[in-house]
Amino acid sequence: MSTTETIATGTDTTTGTETTTGTETTTGTETTTGTETTPADSSERTRGPRIGENAPRPDGVPKVNGEFAFGNDMWIEGMLFGRTLRSPHPYARIISIDISKALAMHGVHAVITADDVPGQKLYGLEHKDQPVFASEVVRFHGEPIAAVAADHPETARRACRAIEVEYDVHAPIVDAELSITAPPIHPDGNIFRHMFIRHGHPDSPESEGVVAVEGDYEIGMQDQAFLGPECALGIPLEDGGIELYVSTQWIHADREQTAACLGLDPEQVRMTMAGVGGAFGGREDISLQIHTALLTLHTGRPVKLQYSREESFFGHVHRHPAKMWYRHSARADGTLAKIEARLVFDGGAYASTSSAVLSNASCFAHGPYNVEHALIEGYSVRTNNPSCGAMRGFGAVQTCFAHEAQMDKLAAALGIDSIDLRLKNALKTGDRNITGQLLSGVVPVAELIERCVAHPLPAMGEVGEMMGRPGGAGRTADAHHIKRGFGFAIGWKNLMFSEGFDDYSTARVRIDEGQNGPVVTVHCACAEVGQGFVTLAQQIARTVLGLDEILLHPADTQVGSAGSTSASRQTWMSGGAVQQACEAVRTQIFASLAATHGVDPETLAIQDDHIVSVDGTFSIPVEDAVANKTFEATEVNRHVQTVRLDADGQGDAHVSFAFAAHRAVVDVDEELGLVRVIDITTTQDVGKLLNPRQALGQIEGGIAQGVGLAVMEEIIVTNGKVRNASFTDYLIPTTLDMPTVTIAALIEEPEPGAPFGAKGIGEPPTIASTAAVAAAIRNAIGRDITRVPVRPQDICL
Amino acid sequence: MPIERIAVGLTVNGCAVEQWIDPCAMLLDVLHELGLSGTKKGCEMGACGACTALADGRRIVSCLALAASYAGAAITTIEGVGTPDELHPLQEAFIDHDALQCGYCTPGQIMSALGLIAEGCCDRATIREGLSGNLCRCGAYPRIVAAVAEAAGL
Repeated sequence: MSTTETIATGTDTTTGTETTTGTETTTGTETTTGTETTPADSSERTRGPRIGENAPRPDGVPKVNGEFAFGNDMWIEGMLFGRTLRSPHPYARIISIDISKALAMHGVHAVITADDVPGQKLYGLEHKDQPVFASEVVRFHGEPIAAVAADHPETARRACRAIEVEYDVHAPIVDAELSITAPPIHPDGNIFRHMFIRHGHPDSPESEGVVAVEGDYEIGMQDQAFLGPECALGIPLEDGGIELYVSTQWIHADREQTAACLGLDPEQVRMTMAGVGGAFGGREDISLQIHTALLTLHTGRPVKLQYSREESFFGHVHRHPAKMWYRHSARADGTLAKIEARLVFDGGAYASTSSAVLSNASCFAHGPYNVEHALIEGYSVRTNNPSCGAMRGFGAVQTCFAHEAQMDKLAAALGIDSIDLRLKNALKTGDRNITGQLLSGVVPVAELIERCVAHPLPAMGEVGEMMGRPGGAGRTADAHHIKRGFGFAIGWKNLMFSEGFDDYSTARVRIDEGQNGPVVTVHCACAEVGQGFVTLAQQIARTVLGLDEILLHPADTQVGSAGSTSASRQTWMSGGAVQQACEAVRTQIFASLAATHGVDPETLAIQDDHIVSVDGTFSIPVEDAVANKTFEATEVNRHVQTVRLDADGQGDAHVSFAFAAHRAVVDVDEELGLVRVIDITTTQDVGKLLNPRQALGQIEGGIAQGVGLAVMEEIIVTNGKVRNASFTDYLIPTTLDMPTVTIAALIEEPEPGAPFGAKGIGEPPTIASTAAVAAAIRNAIGRDITRVPVRPQDICL
Repeated sequence: MPIERIAVGLTVNGCAVEQWIDPCAMLLDVLHELGLSGTKKGCEMGACGACTALADGRRIVSCLALAASYAGAAITTIEGVGTPDELHPLQEAFIDHDALQCGYCTPGQIMSALGLIAEGCCDRATIREGLSGNLCRCGAYPRIVAAVAEAAGL
């Protein structure tokens, strides 16, 4: 069979586009056949991996040999280079913008501002409140004001510096709590969302238990810090439209927003996914898509716009910093009587997904526990800080840190073991959460807790050489000062989009006769960001259709939306769409056999690579059944309808839930305030493992980001100004910071309604790992830790 | 004002090339001008390791390497390691261990690991230390270490 076919980005064979972008490399979006790397001239068909097997990534070979084209590898003859001018102030009125000097520079082809936006001036994923370019007011440090296209990146940079902007600088509003009552800094006001969840009778005297604990918790601003900076390439089309190649999480949402600002029909904006160098939520919103498109249409030339690392920190949204007050009250036996919380999430200058993030934070604020009464008040607020939106865990990370700290505190106050307290109150299938929703799916909270803590602890061992100690080679902890601590946490969140969102994915599946037999082409706009959807899509198609050669069409807007690669939703949504489209094609194959062989199609099934009748009288290889025929089907997969929460925060807002538990082991030098995370032992509720090896990678990677938030990652914002927009100052875990990850158990209990029973697995590892590390540090030093990331001064002062 | 370009002779993946370059250009950008885009730009400050290449067998962060100063040096990039049909054993090990997700850091990880193996690494702790200059935001570290250990014969 053949193996690696190459489609350069832009040579879209299905639409006849003639543009070729990219160097002579494989595109990031193109992935191919899929069995192991068989020689191309091999004539024997190899059985490709099915569901449940460790299929290799179809994009693995181009990724290890450097051929895989990421966004910033795209290149086309004659292209111009874009650059964005950004505000140096977090809050200011723009008095004037003079572009004349920049425009007069040799090599500069365009300088555009808000005046050059032909369509809507504002955009936004949930709420259109962000200007394409600031024209009257800048509301955060780094807000775009103008963009330049020039014949060289350096010329574009100098042209940006030649743009003269006069500001009337104001004192920024940087405290979310104060912003609630401060004069509005935007015509839409300062409050993105204010919500309550009232469960039981939290105001009644009976809601009060006999023991209560209170706490204030704070979480810093984390960055997704994906390694491949943002990039887009625009190519003007003769019909006045544009072809846009971009590394993103959701090309159809990008297209909607971009077209609206360009004043074009969405059909005039054709988008293709460029290779994505990580995302983690940071590519869900618009960054440079609209600017690139405007420069392209303005110049009539191809334009490439790419961010530097520094600009990337300013160009995308971050994880919401939050301040959270909690009060837990329990009966004498440990039953949770009441949980009260007040959550204030700093959404920064523009809305992004602040409303949905707050909803998630509030819905999961009680932890995976039964509680008799609850009163959760949540605010997500506009400030002059950087905008915040989606990041892995999406609101659940913040409240998990707080509710798990509270559970430990409550157990201590009650004088009972903190694990026993969790087990006593653990949610299970058939319970209801605080929004009144019945948890009808798999809810293995007690099992996750028990199996995680039952796993043997790593041996204490000798304190090793300096690289294994807190501080490593930099400021090495004295072996005599190291204290070891243990901490536990469990978290949960929703899978898929919630609160009534019309959430769906589309897949088109086609079978054609190829050179060496039938080829299945799967066309889905799902963004592959490293999570391994392309691998699963092939596994699903092979499993349903019994054919081995699966070609993945580039993800683009020539097929319906797949929704966002976020909310742990793509395996369920796009995996489900691929499954359904394959099943529809399978039905066509059976009907074709009925016509040619006189068999009853209702009695047919595909078993491995054969179509067989249930009575065993008919059998034919799938390959033969589809030979020289073409089949095609497009299916849309929607999950069950959810509802928006009502005024009391009640309603069936979510589709499904996933859970993960973590036990952290840390070494702490109390005098120097240094921490080394030694081990994270985890259990996770996965439904069904579709590709075990990829799943483990997701779990390890999610834990790495949770550990990062616990002990090192924070965007430092002082009076609205970002102080550490670089990888020398914003630290993410290196391989030395990575703890050992021990999988104590992955619970495979199929989730009803999920394709193949599989739950999304990308986010749960990030939710409680932060909280577990914080708990372990508390345990080591015997002091409270109420803020993450934990800084040296939080330990030693 | 445009800067006058200078001619620099480089040997890249065994091929001698003379390239007219900006005297201030970094090796990473010159490699891209040569059409070798496998070496990645992640931070432009030598902090992430995505741009790691080998110069005379030694690891360098090409984003901080003044191209003109590498005249005459033998540069090896990811394009010089294995072929799609015949991957280098280290590349095979990355596939077998699924030591990547988004793949952006992968060329740099592989070049760094090749340099490290040549320098000599005796155990996994040495590998972790030796690869600590290569960030992987997807957090594939355990798999990367396992892949490198296998390729190093550990």
